[in-house]
Amino acid sequence: MSDIAIRTENLSKQYHIGGLQKKYETLRDTLTSAFMAPFRRAGKLLRGQATSAAELDETIWALKDVSFEIKQGEAVGIIGRNGAGKSTLLKILSRITEPTVGYAEIHGRVGSLLEVGTGFHNELTGRENIYLNGAILGMSGREIERKFDEIVAFAEVEKFIDTPVKFYSSGMYLRLAFAVAAHLEPEILLVDEVLAVGDAAFQKKCLNKMEDVGQQGRTVLFVSHNMPAVTRLCERTILLDEGRLLQDGPSHQVVGTYLSAGLGTMAAREWPDPAKAPGNDVVRLRAVRVRTEDGQITDTVDIRQPVGIEMEYEVLKSGYALWPHFTLHNDEGVRVFVSFDLNADWRGRPRPAGRYVSTGWIPGNFLSEGMMIIGPAVRTEEPRILHFYERDAVAFQVVDTTDGDSARGDYAGRMGGVVRPLLKWSTKFSPNGRETDVMVAEMANDSQGGAE
Amino acid sequence: MHEYIERRPTITVSPSLRSESVSVVRIEPSKGWVSLKLRELWEYRELLYFLIWRDIKVRYKQTVLGAAWAIIQPFFTMVVFSVFFGRLAKVPSDGIPYPIFSYAALVPWTFFANGLTQASNSLVGNARLITKIYFPRLTIPIAAVVSGLVDLALAFLVLLGMMFVYRIVPTVYVLWLPLLLLLALVTSLGVGLWLSAMNVQFRDVHYTVPFITQFWLFATPIAYPSSLLSEPWRTLSGLNPMVGVVEGFRWALLGSTTAPGPIIMLSSLVALVLLVSGAFYFRRMEKTFADVV
Repeated sequence: MSDIAIRTENLSKQYHIGGLQKKYETLRDTLTSAFMAPFRRAGKLLRGQATSAAELDETIWALKDVSFEIKQGEAVGIIGRNGAGKSTLLKILSRITEPTVGYAEIHGRVGSLLEVGTGFHNELTGRENIYLNGAILGMSGREIERKFDEIVAFAEVEKFIDTPVKFYSSGMYLRLAFAVAAHLEPEILLVDEVLAVGDAAFQKKCLNKMEDVGQQGRTVLFVSHNMPAVTRLCERTILLDEGRLLQDGPSHQVVGTYLSAGLGTMAAREWPDPAKAPGNDVVRLRAVRVRTEDGQITDTVDIRQPVGIEMEYEVLKSGYALWPHFTLHNDEGVRVFVSFDLNADWRGRPRPAGRYVSTGWIPGNFLSEGMMIIGPAVRTEEPRILHFYERDAVAFQVVDTTDGDSARGDYAGRMGGVVRPLLKWSTKFSPNGRETDVMVAEMANDSQGGAE
Repeated sequence: MHEYIERRPTITVSPSLRSESVSVVRIEPSKGWVSLKLRELWEYRELLYFLIWRDIKVRYKQTVLGAAWAIIQPFFTMVVFSVFFGRLAKVPSDGIPYPIFSYAALVPWTFFANGLTQASNSLVGNARLITKIYFPRLTIPIAAVVSGLVDLALAFLVLLGMMFVYRIVPTVYVLWLPLLLLLALVTSLGVGLWLSAMNVQFRDVHYTVPFITQFWLFATPIAYPSSLLSEPWRTLSGLNPMVGVVEGFRWALLGSTTAPGPIIMLSSLVALVLLVSGAFYFRRMEKTFADVV
């Protein structure tokens, strides 16, 4: 078939765990084992034992029997939790590392973006780095020359183009690095989480650029943890878990599986072993749960309903005044808010040792749609100690309704926004009244109507 | 007003992309010895050029003396040699003033030794590139060796200056110099390929290289003339490719010795074996670079 861009057949990659831990061996080890190995093997043969070296070696399959086909012009997302094999897959497809078993066929020129700014050299100027980085990414000198002005304009670094990049702010550095990569024009583009950097505005710019790439009919393989970005950019998504292909289908379905199967973060988490629980010798976190008003643990929350964030912690050393609190991030990494337990019962009071359960309630009709990530923490102000902060402890999905009584009313499109409060609206109407009243009424109507 | 309404990208395949004949690459496990893929290396020549250019550009960044280091290194070695070997030990120098006798050998030697050192550390130094991007890995040690040519040119200018001072007129055999330099480069790269690939697995190499170059320096007739050796040992010393380079330099520039033809032939052969075997070893180890480095 000529319209196939990527085809993999039982693609597998095995890593030696021992090798990973030791990183590199010393020459002496290898020499001695090389010298001794024949004797050992001979001994084993004599004793009739197995001789396969693999039997002794501890290995892990980072990727196992992954087969799929991607057609030209398709944009496919790859999701899965950390260690699921996403990056290994991209590394094999971009020929950085070889598969252990199986094969992949690539039809067309591949550009891979596993990191922005690969090969940037701090001592070189912006201009020099554009040429160097372009060449490393596979652009020809003439191609870079042709796109040079465009790249500089996209990165917004015109003034500093002849300054060594070590004097750039991290924002400028990232913009320049992404700009070069974004102007790569391969037939197949492999992207790994490069969008997980920079501020929100920059991320948006990157996403738009990626969208353009998709529209130009190129094949895109996009690895990400950012579920809205995956569903927005890719119609099809592949879910990997522990190196295996778990699901391959329309993005919204696969993302749904991923979120609901608890393959992402879960709605409740416990630390049964106190030694491994987050915390110190004063206080340790034992559990975090997301609950509805009637006490159910849940990972999907109706946007209209309040949701309780419950923290269970154990105070091991008496005498500290503790401030339980938590952060709430959305799935784009934006911190929506931080909330402190200000309840008068324990506020500023040293606590005796024992178990505590503190719950903070987020009101209904407040959060926006999407995934919310909870980071529980406990701190002391006097002296200032952060006992623990578990950034991505639990997560839940806020789901909007089409019943018409949430903030979206009867509007069915995408709303975005960090919060989605249900505001009180009023309209003054006076048919023969003063001009200002009429204007207020019109404006109010207008902004409501604009969402349709 | 409508800007936040979702637009789903419509994906259309432009005909121009379709009609192009696409290359098919098959990615599969390789076994045993693999081909050198010289054609691919040629296709990536532009990257090689940029890597050489980068290595030259950044070599003396943030140093006070900058490119002067290219001269200081061989020049002061020459001074030390002249004092200890030339003056105190009275080492013979084939009737040539000792300083220029040793410096003419130190110029190609420094190029060789630095190239070797840079190449053997090059893969580890470019670990981030190797784990994030695909390109023929051979370009990295090649760039490391070739970029030393700039240093060589600077040191060579000083050599010309010294010849002027000592009123030595080069022989017509200077025409052989480019080939002698190629011999030095091939030797440096050949050994560099072996060491760089080994260095990925065994960081011991990093500590061994200074020792190797030092040992090699004294195993090569730089501080002393090869005429101290009797035949057939003198010719056999050509098994060390740097003997061919050094003898060739003295012969072509200073006219000090008889034409070292057999030595150079032997040296070239050994250098070629080093280069080819190094390249194959490198390619064989290459598949593990990204996982181990």
